[in-house]
Amino acid sequence: MRIGVITFPGSLDDVDAARAVRLAGGEPVALWHGDHDLKDVDAVVLPGGFSYGDYLRAGSIAARSPLMQDVVAAAGNGLPVLGICNGFQVLCEAGLLPGALTRNSHLHFRNRDQVLVVERADTAWTSDYATGQRIVIPVKNGEGRYVGSDADLDRLEGDGRVVFRYADGNPNGSSRDIAGVASENGRVVGLMPHPEHAIEDLTGPSTDGLGFFTSVLKAVVNA
Amino acid sequence: MSQIDTVELAAKSPDDEQPWAELGLKADEYARIKDILGRRPTTAELAMYSVMWSEHCSYKSSKVHLRQFGDLPPSDALLVGIGENAGVVDVGDGYAVTFKVESHNHPSYVEPYQGAATGVGGIVRDILTMGARPVAVMDSLRFGRADAPDTARVLPGVVAGVGGYGNCLGLPNIGGELLFDDCYAGNPLVNALCVGVMKHEDVRLAKAEGVGNKVILFGARTGGDGIGGVSVLASETFDTQDDGTGGPAKRPSVQVGDPFTEKLLIEACLEIFAQDLVTGIQDLGGAGLSCATSELASAGTGGMHVDLDTVPLRDSTLTPAEILMSESQERMCAIVEPAKVEQFLAVCRKWDVLATVIGEVTDGDRLTVDWHGERIVDVPPRTVAHEGPVYERPMARPADLDALQADDAAKLPRPTTGAELQAHWLAVVSSPDGADKTWVTEQYDRYVRGNTVLAQPEDAGVVRIDEESHRGIALALDGNARYARLDPYAGAQLNLAEAYRNVAVSGAKPLAVTNCLNFGSPEEPEVMWQFAEAVRGLADGCRALGLPVTGGNVSLYNQTGDVPINPTPVIGVLGVHEDVRLRVPGGWRSAGETVLLLGETRPEFGGSAWASVVHGHLGGRPPALDLAAERKLADLLAALGEQRLISSAHDLSDGGLAQALTESALRYGVGASLHLAGDAFTALFSESTGRVVVTTNDPGGVKTTAQWAGVPVTELGTTGGEALSVADVLDLPLAELRAAWTATLPALFGGPEHSTPLTVPAGTVPTS
Repeated sequence: MRIGVITFPGSLDDVDAARAVRLAGGEPVALWHGDHDLKDVDAVVLPGGFSYGDYLRAGSIAARSPLMQDVVAAAGNGLPVLGICNGFQVLCEAGLLPGALTRNSHLHFRNRDQVLVVERADTAWTSDYATGQRIVIPVKNGEGRYVGSDADLDRLEGDGRVVFRYADGNPNGSSRDIAGVASENGRVVGLMPHPEHAIEDLTGPSTDGLGFFTSVLKAVVNA
Repeated sequence: MSQIDTVELAAKSPDDEQPWAELGLKADEYARIKDILGRRPTTAELAMYSVMWSEHCSYKSSKVHLRQFGDLPPSDALLVGIGENAGVVDVGDGYAVTFKVESHNHPSYVEPYQGAATGVGGIVRDILTMGARPVAVMDSLRFGRADAPDTARVLPGVVAGVGGYGNCLGLPNIGGELLFDDCYAGNPLVNALCVGVMKHEDVRLAKAEGVGNKVILFGARTGGDGIGGVSVLASETFDTQDDGTGGPAKRPSVQVGDPFTEKLLIEACLEIFAQDLVTGIQDLGGAGLSCATSELASAGTGGMHVDLDTVPLRDSTLTPAEILMSESQERMCAIVEPAKVEQFLAVCRKWDVLATVIGEVTDGDRLTVDWHGERIVDVPPRTVAHEGPVYERPMARPADLDALQADDAAKLPRPTTGAELQAHWLAVVSSPDGADKTWVTEQYDRYVRGNTVLAQPEDAGVVRIDEESHRGIALALDGNARYARLDPYAGAQLNLAEAYRNVAVSGAKPLAVTNCLNFGSPEEPEVMWQFAEAVRGLADGCRALGLPVTGGNVSLYNQTGDVPINPTPVIGVLGVHEDVRLRVPGGWRSAGETVLLLGETRPEFGGSAWASVVHGHLGGRPPALDLAAERKLADLLAALGEQRLISSAHDLSDGGLAQALTESALRYGVGASLHLAGDAFTALFSESTGRVVVTTNDPGGVKTTAQWAGVPVTELGTTGGEALSVADVLDLPLAELRAAWTATLPALFGGPEHSTPLTVPAGTVPTS
């Protein structure tokens, strides 16, 4: 299984995402933002970082890079796409996911080990979890506050597209404790916390993040 | 602009008035420049000499003392020693590690966010310049009283700046220090450490060799920021407030950072190194192009010519002198063979990094610079970069030191009842120095790159450097200034010993030392004496521990008016882990483990946190230091880690056992039942050195090993429960302890949560 990891100028957690793919049993494939080349990957991860220095708005410039046009097209055909942190911001800016990420309510960058509740265990990236499962993975961002109008959030919840919620404290003031959302077909998932930082006991607060990457390997096989 | 001040013109107008004093030069220094050149310097030359001969760049006051580090016995571990941008240490398996601390004190006072941010940026470029991939940063911070109004201005900006830059670069922050003292009110300290990893064969040096090789400037454009940063900011004291009342504002002398550009610069450089495209490389930091060109040329075999018109500018009105002095960030200078220039530029294009050939290596021994076709600089580069003035400044033992040392902390009133002991315990651990630092460390990314094995609040940061072999490194940074005020010789050694112990606590083998020496004005004999004593102490300490000094940084003129800061030698120790999976973490995770104290406790309270917090007292002698015992303790800790005999370890330092127990218990919410033999006050608050508290499931095994190592062991009790209970003395519920310990910094600098729901009108945020 070939899982692509896109590097934009300013991507930081691309090495981490590639490691997570590898430890889950997949083959990480490095993708370059400037190429129109998805290299026949079976799924794509947009990693965390500060693409283009968060200039203009976090994720806004990367969302218009050449490769993102290919990602948007492929996602339309069901390619599984995961956006982590800055990658989530890019997916929202690219219109693949709803809502927007704004400055944390307390105005600080915040890095902590965060409890999440898995709300949907039937997306391409969460099938190895159980609905209602609590997992601990790091969150780290300055602009991670998920917002949307009440009407839009109501619709999102009604459609069951909230995939993760923060538990035991909301780290950034996100509306309705939303930590991650999915596309209508559940193939595109974005979240602010970092599953790729919770894949080894040695370096993470848990290994709870590995499930994202094992899930997608199955989703690809079953597709 | 009026007429260009050329070399030709300078020769014809020897008596023109020049602003050497305003640029920070002394009369005799100006005379020496004229002597070297055989004429008056041009405006551009004067600018170059003034920044390069500043205290910050030339180490003119400290050099004669720092030589002692070079005189230490040679170490097999040292691949590149003092003098390069950073020393390089062999950590085994063909890996080399380079690490260094640098100060950015004065800029951080003037403009906290940018000052701190560019401090991180500068030290990261130093590490990159050696050929290494930067893998982690640390920060050691000092501010005035925590409740002083100006601390509320400076601290949040500094923390946000350290985090903002490091986070955006993708470097985990793995530890550091945050301490408060009135002496830093007008002169906070911001010391940043960076560590990088490479293979032995990848080490790069800053020298310009090979006639005809091209000089390439790459990275950000050159602007008007940071002009005179090293001479105006770093090498003078602040006699006036920077609020515009009493002197020109110094904010324009602070550079502005762009971590995104630096991230691209890092990736471009590493690709350039991998393709072997440079013969020499130097970052542009303090003194900008003046420094980079003169140092490269000075360290090489020939001369160098630079065409200043080719330098890409952000501001087209800059004068040539300003271009030479600008400290615009995120710039590097490389020496590249002509045949490799195109490949070099291609890598830069890939990463959107601007790169320009600005000159070439010449035969001869001059550094020449042209502007609009006219020669404006023609100097021997060594006289600019390496042969600056050297001073043997007068020294005098501080007049108040005898009285200070005689004012023994042993005579202070002590707590006697359990209730008093508990009150003092809570006071010490909830003081700004002792309190939980989460408010700060949450603003730093500790996870990026996925190799952080241990980070703050651990005693040492530990980073894996090889996923296959599990090899890793440990780093600690310590700088107790109270001890150094009481005795700078002992103080420097105590800081060395603490950093050494902190690295050993993680299970690592200590390998090398770096330092950042923050002192007042070298023109004051008492400060100079403190500096000389600290250097002598550090050199002697390193000799006793068998460790080399790989480099360091000196920051002088840290004073407000004529009041210097307490001498603050911040010492960094690097250690190596053969297998990071055997690292020993801090914090108690489970009940039923035996708590043991390694080392010996004596009644030592001089310079202690207890004396400072409870009595506002600083006096007496700092705790005694036995470096032979520290070595034994480190050997023991390594053995205990290797044999997996202990499940946690925590060093005892400021705040003594009370502080260490608090941090160990609160980490995972596991208490302990303890019994303290002898005087409970001494047991809890003494700051005797060479001590570590460990937990184990095999107390017999630990005791046997400790006996073998010659380290005394005291059994303190057993982990478990919801309190720290000391038999017959006190019973401190963890909830109460946690409330006190965690409340301090948020109360001072901002509440924990303000997650008010944001109301967004329908339709303003696109939903697909």
